[in-house]
Parts: sequence; structure tokens; C-alpha cells
Amino acid sequence: MLTELTNGAPPSALQAALEEQLSGADRAWLHEALAEAEAEAEAEAAEARAKAGAEVPEPVDRNRAQWPLPTWEIRFAEAGRHCHPARRTAQEDPSTPSTPATAAAPCTPAAPDAQDLADAARVLLLHAVRADLDTTTRLYSHGTAAERRAVLLALPHLSAVTTPAGSALPLVEDALRTNDTRLVAAAVGPYATQHLDQHAWRHAVLKCLFTGVPADAIDGLSRRARADSELARMLRDYAAERTAAGRPVPDDLHRVLVLTALPDPAARPDTTARVEITADPTEES
Amino acid sequence: MRIFDPHIHMTSRTTDDYEAMYAAGVRAVVEPSFWLGQPRTSPASFFDYFDALLGWEPFRASQYGIAHHCTLALNPKEANDSRCTPVLDALPRYLVKDSVVAVGEIGYDSMTPAEDTALAAQLQLAADHGLPALVHTPHRDKLAGLHRTIDVIRESNLPPDRVLLDHLNETTVKAATDSGCWLGFSIYPDTKMDEDRMVAVIKDHGTGKVLVNSAADWGKSDPLKTRKVGDALLAAGFTEDDVDQVLWRNPVAFYGLSGRLRLDVPDAPEPLHEGNSILRGGE
Repeated sequence: MLTELTNGAPPSALQAALEEQLSGADRAWLHEALAEAEAEAEAEAAEARAKAGAEVPEPVDRNRAQWPLPTWEIRFAEAGRHCHPARRTAQEDPSTPSTPATAAAPCTPAAPDAQDLADAARVLLLHAVRADLDTTTRLYSHGTAAERRAVLLALPHLSAVTTPAGSALPLVEDALRTNDTRLVAAAVGPYATQHLDQHAWRHAVLKCLFTGVPADAIDGLSRRARADSELARMLRDYAAERTAAGRPVPDDLHRVLVLTALPDPAARPDTTARVEITADPTEES
Repeated sequence: MRIFDPHIHMTSRTTDDYEAMYAAGVRAVVEPSFWLGQPRTSPASFFDYFDALLGWEPFRASQYGIAHHCTLALNPKEANDSRCTPVLDALPRYLVKDSVVAVGEIGYDSMTPAEDTALAAQLQLAADHGLPALVHTPHRDKLAGLHRTIDVIRESNLPPDRVLLDHLNETTVKAATDSGCWLGFSIYPDTKMDEDRMVAVIKDHGTGKVLVNSAADWGKSDPLKTRKVGDALLAAGFTEDDVDQVLWRNPVAFYGLSGRLRLDVPDAPEPLHEGNSILRGGE
């Protein structure tokens, strides 16, 4: 649920959903961290206003991390250890992690999405600080995988400050080059839908199928895949390659293939609906 | 038998190793940053390595149901290379990361003035960041190196009970025990310790603050040595609780001092996307 919220919901709704899942102490941490981020944004805005009338501003290499880091950046880094699902922290003292769920029951699914909570907190911080292109780029390039993921998820919330439009695309492209499925899944959000060109977007879809990222993670899939005969060809070729190797074709491939056969609403309905589907579209619906 | 390998360089290991480790009972590892066998020539090369320890390697481990944390530092060997020492200035921004559970490996290699400086500076960084420290003891001139290490720790702001002295053996275990530090032993096929000698050391010194690791890396080493020590301890008459203390509870207690240990992270190893492993993106 939080993953979907992170991927485009208004920050106020995201914050409410996050707070619902945090313990009291973690909620207090979040409030303080967001206040620090807002104060940082205010201070930067005031500085910019003061400089506006003055002489030519000095060029600042903002891509270089300074030490000490601004407090809000430390909060951004440590979000994972302050955003535990409330139910767990009520039962277990996090300072004595001596009863790992993995040892007792290695087949139990992970606790309710601690990663989702940290993602949400980091997205809120980036929004509160009004992170611009320099800041998002710096945090991404200096970030852990979890921090990079949060930057990617935050991009749709930051389009007003990461200017010019589409300028944060290199971060998405970097993530799509990785084989870390957490990053690939975060990269195919609304920002990619809006800014990736069709060739790169098709490769992103194929990459998801290759690496096992669910097609549902791809924002705007049904809209963008419509009547895309080139994507259909790529999918059929991939299916043929899998079949030739005696390997199963991912179920999601059939689903996307069906989407490519839907008519483009802007075109005449019967010109694009002739995409030949060699795989069985009824197998997955 | 649940196993926490508190010192293993997974960057140098294959997915077969991860699979075999899981099958042997390994559920958690700590990967200290160290020398890669090939000298690095710039700080940027370290930063890429640190990024891998904070991103790609935990992802690989999670695919096999193993929790991965790391320790970061400028290692003793490369502390002697002026091209690499600027890494010390950049460490603070890495030490705030969620999965960093200690500063390490630090310590001595050849006992040079440059190593003195790097060791003292990084013990201070550990104290400043609320982190414990993993301290490597030198392979050459080991006992003298250990004494000098303990002297530097005593002069630092980091209490000995937040320090793990590693690569100990029969000649250094007594002085290390007297120092109040945690005691690490690396089990290797030919060098360092072996399983039977490890059992003998535990018979003499108890299980109190003892941690056993494979320190497996790019050299001749074996990531299943932790399990082999567990089996040897049981065969020698130690209880399952003794083995659990050495192979699980002690590493959890030591790295838990960071407040950042998260052992609930990995799911069970899921079947790989059939024939098209998540791990290689089908390439």
C-alpha cells in the first residue's frame, strides 16, 4: 500500500499513511526530521532571495558533499533505523536483535515492509527540503541502494524543483542499468513514463521481465504499451528465445503483449489492432 | 545451527558460496572493507567499493536469505599510500549509513607512522559515530603488533568493550583477553587458525567474548569454516547452546552495539526467475 502511495500520492496522504504505521518514538523522529528539512529549505530560499539583488553569485559545487552534512541529510541516511513497523517495535526491543525471524522460520515473509516505511520517510524528507536537481543527484550518487531507491520514488514529487523538465533522467537511466530489482522497480515510475523516450522505455519493460520485476510496477504500462508494435516484436523475440532454450516464458510477458495489441485511441481503430500474438493471451489476464 | 559470519569478504565470492552458506546455516554476515588484492590508486575507487558494500552486495545476499551488513574504513595496507589517504576525510558521510555496523578493518599491517595515524583517526571516528570497531591484528610480527594495537586503543576514546580484535591465535589470545576487547578468530585452510586448534582455544578460554569467522576472500579460504567449527565444537562435547553463543549470539551482541543490526531483512531464498536469474538479469 505504501509503495503505491510513495509512487505519486500527495505528500500529506503519504505522511498520514506512514504515521499510522510508526510507533510513537519513530513518529516523533519523523516530525523532527521533517521540521529540519523544512527549515533547511526556508534557509536556502532566504539565501537565494538575499543574493538575488546582489552581485553575481559565486558558483558553488553542490554536487560535492560537505562535512558535516546538513542535519536533514543525516536523517535521510538514518531513516531505515527509525522507521520500523509499530507492531514489531512494540514486541521487540530493537537494541537487542537476538531473535531473528529468519533463524526461527526462514520461510516466513518479511515483517510488514520496513523498506516501504523508510522509502516513504525519505520521499517526505526530499519533498520537505524541496530537493532540486543538484541535491537529488548528490544524494543518489552518494546513496545506499535504499537511499537511491527513495530518490527515484521521489522524482514525481519534485518535478517543480528538478528543472529543466526531465533533467533527472540520468538517475533513472543509471538505475535501469543496474541488476538490483529494488532499483529497477523504483525507476519505472511516473517520472520514467513521462520522460523516457520510447526506445529506452521499451528496454525498461524488457528489463523488468528479464529480472522478475512485476509488470505491475511499471507506471502507465497499459497506456504506453498500446499499439506499440515494436515492443510487441521485442516481446515475441524474447518469448521465442526462452522457448528455444526450453525455459518458461514469464506470465507477465503475455499480459504486456496483449496490451500492445490494443488500438491506439488516436489512430484508426483497425490499423493497429493486427499485431500478431503468437503467445496465448488468455494464459494470463 | 544458526550461524552469523562476522567477517567475510563476499564481494570476492560466488553465488554458489551464498547457496552453500545458507544450506550450512548461515543467516547473517558482516563484510568488512579491506584490501582487494590489487592496489587502488584513487579515493574514487574506494567509494565505488563502499557503494557496492551498501547496495549490490546486500542485494545479492538477500537473494539467498542472508542478512548483509558491512564495516567501512581505510585498511591498514593502503593507509600507507598517499593516493588513498583522502578516503579518511570522506568516511564520515559513509559511517552514517543504515547498514554500517562498525568501523573496520582498521589496525596494523607493517606498523608504520602512517598506520598509527589512520588507526587513531578511525578509532576516533568510531567513537564519534557511536560505532564499535573491527581491528585487524597484523600477520607479521603479530604479538608485538597486538601489544601496540592495544596501547593505541587504550589511548583512544573508544572503550575496549566496543572493539573486536581479529585474527587472533594461541600466541595473542591471552593479551587480547586481558585487554577487555572482544576476541575474533579467523579459520583458514592453511594459514591463521584451524577448526581443531579453535576448539582447543575455546576449551582454555571459554566462549565468553569469542567470535569465529571464515574471513573468506579472494585467497585460499573457505566460507563454510564457521559451520565446521560448530561441528567440531559439538564433536568435542560442547553443547548446542555453547555453539549458538559463539556462532550467533556473540556476533549479534558485538555488532548490535551499533544499534543498526537488522536481522529480519531477508526473505527465504525465493526460487529464481526460472533459468533467468534475477542475479544476472538474464544476461
